[in-house]
Amino acid sequence: MIAERARPPKNRSAVREPARVRLALVAVAVLFLGIFVFVPLCAVFAEALKKGLGVYLASFNDSAAIAAIQLTLLVAAIAVPANLVFGLAAAWAIAKFEFSGKSLLVTLIDLPFAVSPVVSGLIYVLIFGAQGWLGPFLQAHDIKIIFAVPGIVLATIFVTFPFIARELIPVMQAQGSEEEQVALSLGASGWQTFWRVTLPNVRWALIYGVILCNARAMGEFGAVSVVSGHIRGLTNTIPLQVEILYNEYNFVAAFAMASLLAVLALVTLLIKSLVEWHASSQSAVKEQI
Amino acid sequence: MKAKQTVTVTTHAGALSSVQLWWKRRILPGFGVTLGFTLLYLSLIVLIPLSAAFLKASGLGWEAFFRAVSTPRVIASFEVSFGISLLAAGINVLFGAIVAWVLVRYRFPGKKALDSLVDLPFALPTAVAGISLATIYGPNGWLGYPILAWTGIKIAYTQLGILVALIFVGLPFVVRTVQPVLEDLDLEYEEAAASLGASRLQTILRVVGPELFPPLVTGFALSFARAVGEYGSVVFIAGNMPMKTEIVPLLIITKLEQYDYRGATAIAVVMLIISFLLLLAINALQRWSNTGRIR
Repeated sequence: MIAERARPPKNRSAVREPARVRLALVAVAVLFLGIFVFVPLCAVFAEALKKGLGVYLASFNDSAAIAAIQLTLLVAAIAVPANLVFGLAAAWAIAKFEFSGKSLLVTLIDLPFAVSPVVSGLIYVLIFGAQGWLGPFLQAHDIKIIFAVPGIVLATIFVTFPFIARELIPVMQAQGSEEEQVALSLGASGWQTFWRVTLPNVRWALIYGVILCNARAMGEFGAVSVVSGHIRGLTNTIPLQVEILYNEYNFVAAFAMASLLAVLALVTLLIKSLVEWHASSQSAVKEQI
Repeated sequence: MKAKQTVTVTTHAGALSSVQLWWKRRILPGFGVTLGFTLLYLSLIVLIPLSAAFLKASGLGWEAFFRAVSTPRVIASFEVSFGISLLAAGINVLFGAIVAWVLVRYRFPGKKALDSLVDLPFALPTAVAGISLATIYGPNGWLGYPILAWTGIKIAYTQLGILVALIFVGLPFVVRTVQPVLEDLDLEYEEAAASLGASRLQTILRVVGPELFPPLVTGFALSFARAVGEYGSVVFIAGNMPMKTEIVPLLIITKLEQYDYRGATAIAVVMLIISFLLLLAINALQRWSNTGRIR
């Protein structure tokens, strides 16, 4: 030990912990993520398949389950494109132009992430609900928003609002606007510039934002739960159907529906790492040039 | 997701001269349309609905508002939500720092898989996590049964259950804020400290520690903010007993189901104000953790 100390420390060992410590820290990390993340993930599939594949598959052969799947797809098909258009518009205005109040705008775009999902649902009830501002008007004209599909779509748009914008803004800002200026000065129209120059440059960030937005849109529970009214076959998304089945002690069916969302989460993570891998290899190539 | 935000990019235009700025403004089309649409969409989806809650609450008047949020049941739910969220964020800071350290500094088999696992709580819908955690930690569950048999401690349907769910949802935030800072950290300073005679522990505490402090605080705040508003993963495992295991978001839903819109709105406004303050604090923290490591 003393002899070792007398020698000047080698670079490697000087900034490394002893093997025992390293092993212990890795074990703690593996155990922590194992207990809190890996086991819950496995349990979803284990519980869904507890009574065999036949029972598992049979739980999808149910009109309420099919309706829930259809509604979830419908809601995502509206909410994701809506937030995509918004994300592109917001990123264009924020990244390519200077104006006062910009940082406030960026903060406001983040606002829905800070709000509790339950409160996100409640604010729409306060506007469109029977007791809400527009309640009497909507009732008089026989328009249903709360406890109906429009309310679910609105609440989903709210909770997934920032996803695409916040992925696009930093990437567009980093890229500046020289390439667009070149395209325009060479005679391209504004739309051509956007489709052929801007969009290809931000495509990885765009895909990344869209898959995260989609995962949340399909999986949102709290906000949708407040505005849905839980009408079976009509206003139940997959997460709400999971809740109903679970509360009825129909565990296999609940976990079967949940397994769809777990697969969606795994696919999302897979695409995410593919996108990250592409983006990093792309930037590595750019650095080499 | 939120952690991503630490990578703020300085505005490109900041470096441009005013002539270039003028040129840039002139040549790129679509400023009016995109900003106009952004503001319209933001107002319709976010700002107007949020202000509805405040207007509705202001219609109550101070006294009624204060009465609605100061009943023992409401105060107990705030204590449960905030107390357990603080504890969960603290636990996530401790273990999140270890996970980030291990992922950045060490090489071991399965490291890639472990890294992807960190993001799972972001991607897995809260209701799925909720029923899964309730089953695992329930009295007959994979972990709940042995823990109950050996220690006599019940996890599901107690405050510990809420803690488990809130650790789950807040887990990625600390790891993903600390990780990039740790990756950018130059080993030279640690080598210098070691060659000057500092022990490894001293180096970590005195050289690495101060660098990691801002992202750890930011991660704590993000994890806490997420935990306070969390609903889906908690309701299944919490037991939902008033005064004991009832979280604030659940109480809002309970009030709504009893058609007590005033009570629900009053509690929601308190939650909203806290969320706004947390958002401002987190923004300030993220600026600090970015500028805090100038070397």
